[in-house]
Amino acid sequence: MRTPDLLSFALRSLGGARTRTLLMLLAMSIGVASVVLLTALGEGARRYVVGEFAQLGTHLLIMLPGRSETTGGAPPLLGATPRDLTLDDAMALLRERSILRVAPLTVGNAPVSYGSREREVTVIGATADFFPIRHLTIGSGSSLPALDPGRGASVVVIGSGLRRELFGSQRALGQWVRIDDRRFRVIGILGEGGESLGQDLDDMAVIPVASAQVVFDTPSLFRVLIQARSEDDIERAKKAAREIIRERHDGEDDVTIISQDALLSTFDRILGALTYTVGGIAAISLAVAGILIMNVMLVAVSQRVAEIGLLKALGAPERQVLRLFLVESVMLAAAGAALGVLIAVAGIFVLREVFPTFPIAAPLWATPAAVGVAIVTGLVFGVLPARRAARLDPVHALSGR
Amino acid sequence: MIELTGIERDFAVGDETVHALSQVSLSLPDGDYVSVMGPSGSGKSTLLNVLGLLDRPNAGSYRLDGVETTDLPEERRAALRRNHIGFVFQAFHLVPRLSAADNIGLPMVLAGVAPDARKARVHEVLDSLDLLDRAHHRPDQLSGGQRQRVAIGRAIVMKPGVLLADEPTGNLDQHAGGEVVGLLERLNGARITLIVVTHDPAIGRRARRRIRMVDGRIESDESGDAHT
Repeated sequence: MRTPDLLSFALRSLGGARTRTLLMLLAMSIGVASVVLLTALGEGARRYVVGEFAQLGTHLLIMLPGRSETTGGAPPLLGATPRDLTLDDAMALLRERSILRVAPLTVGNAPVSYGSREREVTVIGATADFFPIRHLTIGSGSSLPALDPGRGASVVVIGSGLRRELFGSQRALGQWVRIDDRRFRVIGILGEGGESLGQDLDDMAVIPVASAQVVFDTPSLFRVLIQARSEDDIERAKKAAREIIRERHDGEDDVTIISQDALLSTFDRILGALTYTVGGIAAISLAVAGILIMNVMLVAVSQRVAEIGLLKALGAPERQVLRLFLVESVMLAAAGAALGVLIAVAGIFVLREVFPTFPIAAPLWATPAAVGVAIVTGLVFGVLPARRAARLDPVHALSGR
Repeated sequence: MIELTGIERDFAVGDETVHALSQVSLSLPDGDYVSVMGPSGSGKSTLLNVLGLLDRPNAGSYRLDGVETTDLPEERRAALRRNHIGFVFQAFHLVPRLSAADNIGLPMVLAGVAPDARKARVHEVLDSLDLLDRAHHRPDQLSGGQRQRVAIGRAIVMKPGVLLADEPTGNLDQHAGGEVVGLLERLNGARITLIVVTHDPAIGRRARRRIRMVDGRIESDESGDAHT
């Protein structure tokens, strides 16, 4: 039997039982659509988190004073560390070739006031490099001046939210605000950056790190952001940074360095696994659809006993009858899968329209995998009915009129 | 040429064994016209199934054009059916979703004949059956006589040497039945071997050779002028 004839024969028998065919298509397409849609949601969540981390900065290492992996001694991250992490420590890191930028940070809460308005916000002491490392943009005015980090300056860059709260519709650039009894001139406003890992960037003030150390009266840094030159340099930068600090701290290994990419890849793995899991759960509905196909094909075989007998009388061998029925169930599965993909694409489109910030997208593997599983399901669950048809005794099949 | 020698066919019904055919020997030259008659359960349908290679005898020899068929694998028997035997059934057994032309072309589709050759042959058959204007009608749009004519067309489309008809007029009225028998006889006139199983003595009598079966045996086998 020629392949086009085989296909058109199967197509016609499917067309001959329209309700049944449509119901099957529906079942199969729901299965495929749910696999694609659910994995798209999982992938969206992954992309969302990865995106959030990317906003934090790329190739980022974070150095904290104190050791989190100590063997005995003081509990990590709490109070007493043998040595402060100082500005000089931070700037010494730039010696290392694999390190592109360094941003020493001092962070605290302080009241910021203009006239009679006052707001308690997060004040970050940083250097000019802080902005490119954290991917912060300046909406208007300028960034912090690239001074010697050891020198303070009475200038401040404020978030756009803070600007609104303090100045309302008035002009903010060039005005003097008071931070904890010291006066700073507003030289820049951050762009509307929104949020980064839950921290509201709109509501903060950035001043030179030396000035912040005076305001908060602390010689130690809160942390140092280190940006490696490239992905491959991250490990080297981490090792070198640790080495430099050890050298400067009399051989004491008293800082903790967190690699952001390590954190990110952990999240990436967790959410990736979640996507697979959700996809797997949805695949169960494909198996259910497969069983439905088997059921429907079994009914079709018993309804078409006479036709099968006829085909055999006309000289169709068992193999041919088997193939005819297998092709039918695979066609059902494939058409259902195609429909399912369409439904999923439409669903993703709608979700994108409704939640424009959520980066929903089906992972590349999801669609071919769902379609593949659907077709294999059709094949596997089609075997039993097809074999039943192929083994029918033509004498009995024809006499049952 | 059909040669049956010592054919046995038993069925187990519960604990009993029913001898549907016992010691049936028969030789039919090409172009013969045979009617098989007998009461229900006499084995005439089983004989037809054995002749049509749909059923395998328990013992005996069946040679079709010199080929021993009883020990052939199913695949080969299917091929013989396809190329050498045409079936006409009482219930027509047309595929309801296919047009008359497609029903007639079905054996060629199964045999893998190319569409062009198929089309030409189907046209030829439709023409000879006087069914050209019904080519695109589905079976439910045809009368009983037309349906049986389509079924006959399907049986002869592969140009078989043997035509097996099982009560071909059983579902038809007198007029349509007469037409169908006339058509079958015309085909027999063109050297096709025609074997008709029937209850109807009027039709049975028309055959040149009349076989009567009782209890799985050939009771009588007469040849001669049909109208004595």
